[in-house]
Amino acid sequence: MTKSALINALARQKGLSRKDAETVVNTVFEEISLSLENGNRVELRGFGSFGLKERRSRDGRNPKTGDKVFVDSKRVLFFKAGKELRERVDQ
Amino acid sequence: MNTLTKAAIVDKLYKTLDITHSDAQDLVEAVLETIKGTLESGEVVKLPGFGNFDVRKKRARRGRNPKTGEEVEISARNVMTFHPSNILRERVNVGAEKTGQKSSRNAT
Repeated sequence: MTKSALINALARQKGLSRKDAETVVNTVFEEISLSLENGNRVELRGFGSFGLKERRSRDGRNPKTGDKVFVDSKRVLFFKAGKELRERVDQ
Repeated sequence: MNTLTKAAIVDKLYKTLDITHSDAQDLVEAVLETIKGTLESGEVVKLPGFGNFDVRKKRARRGRNPKTGEEVEISARNVMTFHPSNILRERVNVGAEKTGQKSSRNAT
């Protein structure tokens, strides 16, 4: 399912204009993105939670050449599916 | 660390669209429900600029109860994974630099 299919499904289901349905979908994911950007986690009951993990900087290696390279510290994003979603996917 | 919940998204939405609070609530729930229903049917959901929700089939395998060391059969199952888009991955790190929360860059 693409974003536009999601927008169409929502518009049909809820009797919204396509434009309003697009605003709804964009707002939901933009709010989640903004929250993560600010270093905050996101918890959506029944769906799951998005969070961040800090990775320290380290000396890595280019696997191809074996050269030492410095890998800067970074944040990685993770998603953990909620109970309901996990169970529904696995049936 | 603050946590963003559905309530905050609903708040933002009803201000943006000028609808009632309960309509906004209903719409946020509908978006999530549509995604859940799609994943339930085994179909992936792709949201450009955000990420992809994938469904993966796992075969049955032998595992071990880490507490007792007992071997147990882990049944075949479907699990879902989220892969953030490069855009979102970068935003999360740019955000860290802006807010000075990036961990040990200048640490000694």
